[in-house]
Amino acid sequence: MNRFIAFVKKEFLHIFRDYRTMLILFIMPIVQILIFGFAITTEIKDASIAILDKSKDEVTRELTQKMLSSGYFKNDAYLTNESQIEPAFNDQRVKMVVVFEPEFSQNLQKTGTAHVQLVCDASDPNLARMLSQFADGIFTSYTTSSSVSMGIQPEVRMFYNEALEGVYMSIPGIMAMILMLVSAMMTSISITREKEFGSMEVLLISPLKPLQIILGKVTPYVLMALINAVSILALGYWVFGVPVKGSIVLLLIECLLFTILALSLGILISTVAKNQMVAMFMSMFALMLPVILLSGFIFPVENMPLPLRILSNIIPPKWFIIIVKTIMLKGGGLSYVWKETLILIGFVVLFVTLSVKKFKIRLQ
Amino acid sequence: MEKKKVITVENLVKKFGNFTANDNLNFHVDQGEIFGFLGANGAGKTTAMRILCGLSAPTSGKVDVAGFDVSHQSEEVKKRIGYMSQKFSLFEDLSVWENMRFFATVYGLSAKVFKERGEQLLHKLNLFEERKRLVSTLSLGWKQKLAFSVAILHQPSIVFLDEPTGGVDPITRRQFWEMIYEAADNGITVFVTTHYMDEAEYCDRVTIMVDGRIDALGTPSELKKQFNAASMNDVFLALAR
Repeated sequence: MNRFIAFVKKEFLHIFRDYRTMLILFIMPIVQILIFGFAITTEIKDASIAILDKSKDEVTRELTQKMLSSGYFKNDAYLTNESQIEPAFNDQRVKMVVVFEPEFSQNLQKTGTAHVQLVCDASDPNLARMLSQFADGIFTSYTTSSSVSMGIQPEVRMFYNEALEGVYMSIPGIMAMILMLVSAMMTSISITREKEFGSMEVLLISPLKPLQIILGKVTPYVLMALINAVSILALGYWVFGVPVKGSIVLLLIECLLFTILALSLGILISTVAKNQMVAMFMSMFALMLPVILLSGFIFPVENMPLPLRILSNIIPPKWFIIIVKTIMLKGGGLSYVWKETLILIGFVVLFVTLSVKKFKIRLQ
Repeated sequence: MEKKKVITVENLVKKFGNFTANDNLNFHVDQGEIFGFLGANGAGKTTAMRILCGLSAPTSGKVDVAGFDVSHQSEEVKKRIGYMSQKFSLFEDLSVWENMRFFATVYGLSAKVFKERGEQLLHKLNLFEERKRLVSTLSLGWKQKLAFSVAILHQPSIVFLDEPTGGVDPITRRQFWEMIYEAADNGITVFVTTHYMDEAEYCDRVTIMVDGRIDALGTPSELKKQFNAASMNDVFLALAR
């Protein structure tokens, strides 16, 4: 036991003495969450629009007022004719132009329909789609609330994330990414470093057992990963107001499980990689890119073509993100996430078995 | 006086698939002896040394180290040996004292015994003032001398040195060998591989491995006589060719 403690102490010294490691462990998670939370936002706030009102009656004025007071849009200019639309886009001033047809309110009263055109700058298709949807929503709510009845209007409500705030989506994803990075990349690098410097041989010749060496390598990172998980949750809660509706204990246990998964993956990488560089690139390309692209963190899995949807099933973070979202945002308990949890456990068993096999072959 | 044998190797064979790395090795090493283990790169030295250290198991044959069978009692063997290699000596980002404490604890020294022996060692090496310095700031020569001292801090019955003086200047090599002699005088068996033939002359006995076999075994003067050579260098060249 003394041996094991001495080993863990040594690992902590390695971590604390290397400022790059410290940077990755403690600064990067915070920076990432702030970037994803503040800068890369998928919500709409004060988007510049222009109004081309050919009717100028009380209905169009009221609609314009509704849009501008919604907080989603701010008016940049009142245009007077169509030829001004394109220059407004080209100047990068506005993202959308709202065109009311002439005699808008009269048409509305006479025929029950009036036309409004939403011209969007679709060079950013996502933003364009969102802007048009938001504007559409405002018109819809006007028609339903006013006396003008136009049949049943669908009312869209965004469950679990009413404001469609991007940060709700980011927190589980960042958590998966950081835990993966800290656990898998850092352990694989630190184990391959011992191999590269030849110290692994010295350690294996010493009375330390291989299992003690591996556990000793991994222990500090389990701790770091949990600290990171807690600090991400805390930042999410206090800075961005992302709630944890479910059991925080369950959430942390799931984080621990995912950390163990990532660590076993890191150990597996270290049995394959010859040196630190290779280990880092393997972690980067084999782990980080799939996490970012295929886990549903940024791009919804449902919108992917079928082959990628199938592929996404073997990306462990996908399941972890589902678990975290269920617990954090929906308040679901273990009865809702047991399937995903079992899948994660399955991955752990798979990776540990593979690493043990590889490790034995190497020792031969 | 009959000397105690600390290493006995009988009919050691190690195969990797079809490749035979160690082909029927037979030798023994006496306690307190400085045993030189020579051979060209790829001759099978490292494989044999790994087996002696309990890192890998022999395909067949019997290997006893420090009174224990390496195939079945490698844990006992590991407690009784020290190991140092040229490739890695000490952890660079740990201080002198932290390195010493780590290896001492791993080899089962109590805190009290370690403090006593550690301080004594540092005073002897004139490194006491530098004990808080990171090992990365020491020169290679100092690192190797310190690494050797750390490898024998737990007073093993055998210390394995894998090309310990590679890249070290002649004066430091000299000092290093003085330390080896001192350890041997204290009853520690020294098992050393080297590519420096002048160092081979310092050994009590020398083996030279060629293509997985031991082609020569004896004291340096015996070998020189046997191969009618003026120096160990000529002996080595006669064999390796």
